[in-house]
Amino acid sequence: MRRIAMLASVAAAGLLLSACGGGSAVEDANPSEASGSVGVFTWWADGSEKVGLDALVDIFSEQYPNLKFDNLAVAGGAGSQAKSVLAANLKSGNPPDSFQAHAGAELQDYIAADQLEDLTSFYEEAKLNEAFPKDLLDRLTVDGKIYSVPSNIHRANVVWANVDVLKKAGLDPAKPAADLDAWFADMDKIKESGATPLAVAGTWTQVQLFENILLASLGAEGYNGLWDGTTDWASADVTKAIENYKKALSYTNSDRDTLSDWGPATQLVEDGAAAYNVMGDWAEAKFSQDGKKPGEDYVYFPTPGTDGVFDFLADSFTLPKDAPNADGSKAWLTTISSVDGQQAFNAAKGSIPARTDVPADKFGEYQKSAIEDFSSDTIVSSLAHGAAVPVAWLNELSTAVSKFGGPQDVAALQDSAASIAKKFQQ
Amino acid sequence: MFKKVKTWGPALALISPTLVLLAVFVYALIAENVRISMTNQHTARPSSDFVGMENYFRLFGDADFQHALRNLLLLTVVFLAGTLVFGFLWAWILERPAFGEGFFRSVYLFPMAVSFIASGVVWRWLLSSLQTDQSGGERTTGLNRLLDSVGLGFLQNSWWSDPNWGIAAIAVPAIWQLSGYVMALFLAGFRGIPEELREAARIDGCSEWKLYRHVIFPQLSPVMLSAVIIIGHMSLKLFDLIRAIVPDANTYDIQVPATMMWVKYIGSDYADSAAIGTIMLVLVALVVVPYLIYTSRQEKR
Repeated sequence: MRRIAMLASVAAAGLLLSACGGGSAVEDANPSEASGSVGVFTWWADGSEKVGLDALVDIFSEQYPNLKFDNLAVAGGAGSQAKSVLAANLKSGNPPDSFQAHAGAELQDYIAADQLEDLTSFYEEAKLNEAFPKDLLDRLTVDGKIYSVPSNIHRANVVWANVDVLKKAGLDPAKPAADLDAWFADMDKIKESGATPLAVAGTWTQVQLFENILLASLGAEGYNGLWDGTTDWASADVTKAIENYKKALSYTNSDRDTLSDWGPATQLVEDGAAAYNVMGDWAEAKFSQDGKKPGEDYVYFPTPGTDGVFDFLADSFTLPKDAPNADGSKAWLTTISSVDGQQAFNAAKGSIPARTDVPADKFGEYQKSAIEDFSSDTIVSSLAHGAAVPVAWLNELSTAVSKFGGPQDVAALQDSAASIAKKFQQ
Repeated sequence: MFKKVKTWGPALALISPTLVLLAVFVYALIAENVRISMTNQHTARPSSDFVGMENYFRLFGDADFQHALRNLLLLTVVFLAGTLVFGFLWAWILERPAFGEGFFRSVYLFPMAVSFIASGVVWRWLLSSLQTDQSGGERTTGLNRLLDSVGLGFLQNSWWSDPNWGIAAIAVPAIWQLSGYVMALFLAGFRGIPEELREAARIDGCSEWKLYRHVIFPQLSPVMLSAVIIIGHMSLKLFDLIRAIVPDANTYDIQVPATMMWVKYIGSDYADSAAIGTIMLVLVALVVVPYLIYTSRQEKR
């Protein structure tokens, strides 16, 4: 009996000591000494995204053989399921070692809830301030601090067009329109030739079209001003922009709300039923999977009026506070921001690296042109993909845009958008 | 006193696990939901300032929520009318001993066994809104194409892609699925009417129509009440069918409180989402609780 009591007290003392030992400060976390497992939470559970994640995990295992990658992926379109699971985990004090989030305003809620570690010092250690373009760093910085590391960059202001449909309407596929008015004139020609000029799908794709029209009508500065308060939503410029959007909608397919996500709209262009589709560059992966050749079957160009502007969205990884294995998390962040990691991941996923010093030879034709544009263009944040505004703002604006699709009341949309902006800019 | 415990004790012990589970997972969570609805937690950043009924007042004054309520009313009316008409019609045809009654009864009842999600996927295709006379009309599919190919092309319409009446199109698959259930209720009701009553009425010189109006319908009114309550509360809670048919949850045309609650939840607006949930609970309670009181009074008689 006495022995058992002694053993029990020794065990208890041992446990007490181990509790004191944990919780090293994040700044001291040294990735090269890390061991154990790293739980990474994403929504990359299928398709090209899973392929990309697997490629990244291979590089991670090479760079850090002592660490084991723990895949906590949750399936479900654009992370809608994953985000609720993540919110529950964070709230209950059970954060993963790293989680995926769209870079930019979507992180604001996590930052305000004090759930993320500041990564500014990590950026300095890993010399990322030189590797990422300055515009991107500006977009990622909140109150002078950076909270996430982007793994890949997508572009949201690309038009995908069907070569045959353009030729049939008498247009030159190699010479896209220079601005919105010229583009609408081209769309008139396509309408006369019998095809649908512009293909669009449900609410979020309409919001993406809306942001492209806003960008084309207001320019990069005017567009940025909509979200930070320097552009007045009630101004005449915005009225003109919304009227341009109304005009664009008049060229679209009437069954847009019934299309299941973005794929069927891009498919219309692929099949030759429609001429143009404004979609992010994940459409490139779809075209190449279906065996279409750029230049022959389809062409791509920045949305007319947005040439020289890169409307970005990025997947990025964060370091949650009280992560179980902070060393391991930093190792993961080092991998995804390294040249090899970004090369492997983006070549598989079809996006482009955030670093400007990744050699472009392993990437496809579209990606090469996008990499060039990314390093020279003005970078703005995408509205529809969580970079420009927080989720609640995006949701309400999406409702207003969806409502606009029916009666197409310009004044109503402008008023709604203005009051929503006012509500969230406080 | 001890005797009372002896009679009630075992029964109470038997149902106490259920009572505890209900108390925690239903009533405690409802209370928590009401509590959240009275805070200003509109984003993921934690904020639990008590704001009382402010969220409710703002929601009721919000044009989008009013539109959702209007849609809900329209959906309930069309859904109820459709199921009652078809359910009664089929029950009436089947109860005059018709040929193949057993077979047709199964055929009409079977859609109810299908889940809303599964049938919703097929109805998404059927209710496609493109019409043959629109641009791109050669891609027309689903019901519109079917109507056009049998010469009823003028009946084509945009189904649920209409901001004012779209929700009535969502009632169509729901009617298809649940008319069989109402038919079963009415069949049971018809069987409950003794044949002697009808014979007596006919002997007294009643015409068929008068027979239905004065003898059969009054006898069927409890059944009709059951059907109205059951279909009514299903319609108030309808969510999975709408989500299965409409690709993007945030589509204005078919917004009802249930889908709005989901959209707000996804957008981390927990307070508004909880408030809409509570409003829905009250709406359904308004329908179901009086019925429960009425039936329990009937049983006491």
